[in-house]
Amino acid sequence: MALITFTDQGLFCEAGQFYIDPWRPVDHAVITHAHSDHARWGSGHYLCHHDTLPILRLRLGTIQAQSVAWGDPVYKNGVKISLHPAGHIIGSSQIRIEYKGEVYVVSGDYKTEPDGISGSFEPVRCHTFLTESTFALPIYQWEPQETMFNKLGQWITRNQQEGKTSVLIAYSLGKAQRILQAITPVTQNIFVHGAIWNTHKTLQDHGIHLPDVQRVTPDIPKEKFKSSVVIAPPGAIESSWMKRFQPFSTAVCSGWMQVRGNFRRNNTDAGFAVSDHADWKGILSAIEATGATKVFVTHGFQSVLSRYLNEKGIEAAEVKTAYGEEETTSLTENPDE
Amino acid sequence: MKAFATLVHLLGNATGTLEKLHALSHYFSTADPKDRVWVIAIFSGRRPKRAISTTQLKQWCIESTDLQEWLFEECYHTVGDLAETIGLLLPPPSSNTENLPLHYYIERLIQLQNEEDKQKKKFIIEVWQELGKDELFVFNKLITGGFRIGVSQKMMVNALAKATALDASLVAHKISGNWDPQTISFDQLLLNDHGNNDDSKPYPFYLAHALDGEPHDLGAPSEWQAEWKWDGIRGQIIKRNGTYYVWSRGEELMTDKFPEYNSFIDSIPDGTVLDGEILPAKDGQPLSFSVLQTRIGRKTITKKQLVEAPIAFFAYDLLEWKGKDIRHIATAERRALLEDLITSIQHLPNIFISPSILFNNWDELISIRENARENHAEGLMLKRKKGPYQVGRKTGDWWKWKIDPLTIDAVMIYAQKGHGRRSNLYTDYTFAVKDGDKLVSFTKAYSGLTDKEFAQVDAFVKKNSIEKFGPVRTVKPELVFEIAFEGIAASSRHKSGVALRFPRINRWRTDKKPDEINTLDDLKQLLAVYGK
Repeated sequence: MALITFTDQGLFCEAGQFYIDPWRPVDHAVITHAHSDHARWGSGHYLCHHDTLPILRLRLGTIQAQSVAWGDPVYKNGVKISLHPAGHIIGSSQIRIEYKGEVYVVSGDYKTEPDGISGSFEPVRCHTFLTESTFALPIYQWEPQETMFNKLGQWITRNQQEGKTSVLIAYSLGKAQRILQAITPVTQNIFVHGAIWNTHKTLQDHGIHLPDVQRVTPDIPKEKFKSSVVIAPPGAIESSWMKRFQPFSTAVCSGWMQVRGNFRRNNTDAGFAVSDHADWKGILSAIEATGATKVFVTHGFQSVLSRYLNEKGIEAAEVKTAYGEEETTSLTENPDE
Repeated sequence: MKAFATLVHLLGNATGTLEKLHALSHYFSTADPKDRVWVIAIFSGRRPKRAISTTQLKQWCIESTDLQEWLFEECYHTVGDLAETIGLLLPPPSSNTENLPLHYYIERLIQLQNEEDKQKKKFIIEVWQELGKDELFVFNKLITGGFRIGVSQKMMVNALAKATALDASLVAHKISGNWDPQTISFDQLLLNDHGNNDDSKPYPFYLAHALDGEPHDLGAPSEWQAEWKWDGIRGQIIKRNGTYYVWSRGEELMTDKFPEYNSFIDSIPDGTVLDGEILPAKDGQPLSFSVLQTRIGRKTITKKQLVEAPIAFFAYDLLEWKGKDIRHIATAERRALLEDLITSIQHLPNIFISPSILFNNWDELISIRENARENHAEGLMLKRKKGPYQVGRKTGDWWKWKIDPLTIDAVMIYAQKGHGRRSNLYTDYTFAVKDGDKLVSFTKAYSGLTDKEFAQVDAFVKKNSIEKFGPVRTVKPELVFEIAFEGIAASSRHKSGVALRFPRINRWRTDKKPDEINTLDDLKQLLAVYGK
């Protein structure tokens, strides 16, 4: 019996009687990170990293949960579970499970470049590695964060010179906090959408050091937004909520912006390929560093990555999961979620 | 090259027409004058002949990046653009070179047309190592063609008008026709009176807007002239100084493609420009567009083709008469002159006047329009009798009033990722009708859904794909769409035995189940009625 099997509820560890990021309610769920496609409502008990828990509570309400630090093992029915930094968003973790000498690692979502707030991705040796593949194509080669943040800063400066508000479109959990590092050197005048505000407050209250931002509320006079930076989730694009910022310029921060066509159908003024997922080379180096002899490839370009690995002599197979909805389809997500 | 890359970047990123216009006119005011001429040429379809094949580009990129061929193909089908795919795959430039002008690269590419493959490869690889990402993309685009960044002829004309302070219709005329971007200067093309006076020069076509709804709002029927809207190629025949030229609306010189026109051209006086339709016709009766298709794209025309697919010219306007531009005079007056001319030569085969349709009131015309398809027409044209012949697409004096398309309900069975702004989205679909308990594919369609609907279908395809054949996914036959099309013809090249004209998605029939779609017999019945 394999240590992890793929069921209709999600990734199941039979020996330990728990699921990892289940997409249906189960008794015991181990959670890689708090994005809604990985952390779903309805399970009896959750296990996650300390920094994930407050967001999990914010999003799922009252839950029974236990949180741990990276590297601190938890045992379930003799199965050793430990969490290790995945570098994707604050609190995001890879899940290592060990039973009778066999080691599996479930990557969750990850990126290999340290972003300053999410912890540095830690390669974990294992026999079997489950990897995401959101950007597993050679066309995805990210430029260093510093380069991208400089470009972002220049764009904001240019908007300020033209008397425009800079509206940055970013996912409310993860990207919205990360890009603050690009904004604060240029301006302290930062506003955020309500969805991002909730996340921001929760993280600050939890003790995560983030710069202060202001929530966009109906009573704020229009002049206050002049030349400021506003961070809003994808659903805000072309919504009436944006009207108060006029004149403004919009930019999307997402790995998908690497390809012109993806950018162009967004109908925004600029796009920055800043991703919280590993690029092609990042994924390959992460896989190599695990030393795994068997790789399961989930959400993204599964067929490409598994074929590539098989041709390189690493046994690989595709696995269908319900992950990956957040970054690909939430461009139409409701801003008031 | 940097200025051009910036221009393309700005045009591609612009969210409004005004922004694009500004970027273009700025370029036309500031860029290297030789580069400006090339940009006009490229954006008006005057790209030099391709020196390097896409297969070569692909091969050299695979060699430079050390990728497997299948992996390259996966990348290409996801990006949906070869030039961009290569730009994304190549490593960042190893050396930083000086910023050479656009015309340097184009002229080198033209020289390469006659050189050995070895020379070609050497040059391309060198450039690939030197250029940054944005410049690399436009360089590759120069080779593969088709910038597709939403620059219409009209927008370019307006930008040039702004940059040169000339009248837009004058600019449109000046940049039309035969000119060689290699030899002409920007001033000769646009500013000098005598720079570009060649005999072949066509006039910019006047294009009609679609009439939405009923014609009653247009005023008195007596103020309007009605004609059939033909389904052929819009063309201008120009006769000047003993030579004639045939231009298509796409500004392609097609003189040699239709030798039939030799039969009447001697009878047309010098200094004449006719606007009309290039149409297949036998004994003055128009034939289906599919007949014309057998002639387009052929370099040499056999006797057999001349017999089987005879091409005529149906004239509907006179733009130049006795060497004078008469576009400013009223449509009714131009029509009278045209009728005189055609009457004097109508004993000759292959040239006809596009008849004006007599009608007393709009309701009568509405019922005449119903017969358009039987006449191999797409509908009617309405032209204001007092109006002049304008430049480009202008509202008011000319209206096209098309009949409703034919429709058929079909199920989607294959999907493929799209190009351009549909990159990495399944937006290109193949549809099938029922034949007993089998499904028979009969058409592809790429347009007609909103971005939101495309996103929904894309998600469906990703969840419900059955098999993968290269870039094509077979999909669970579940989604039903109404397919609209303008015409239908028998075809031995399609499994279904029919070929459709202008197929597109009319709407998503979420109310219908796959077993409620039309059948192959339904298609064949449409063929029997409209396919002649």
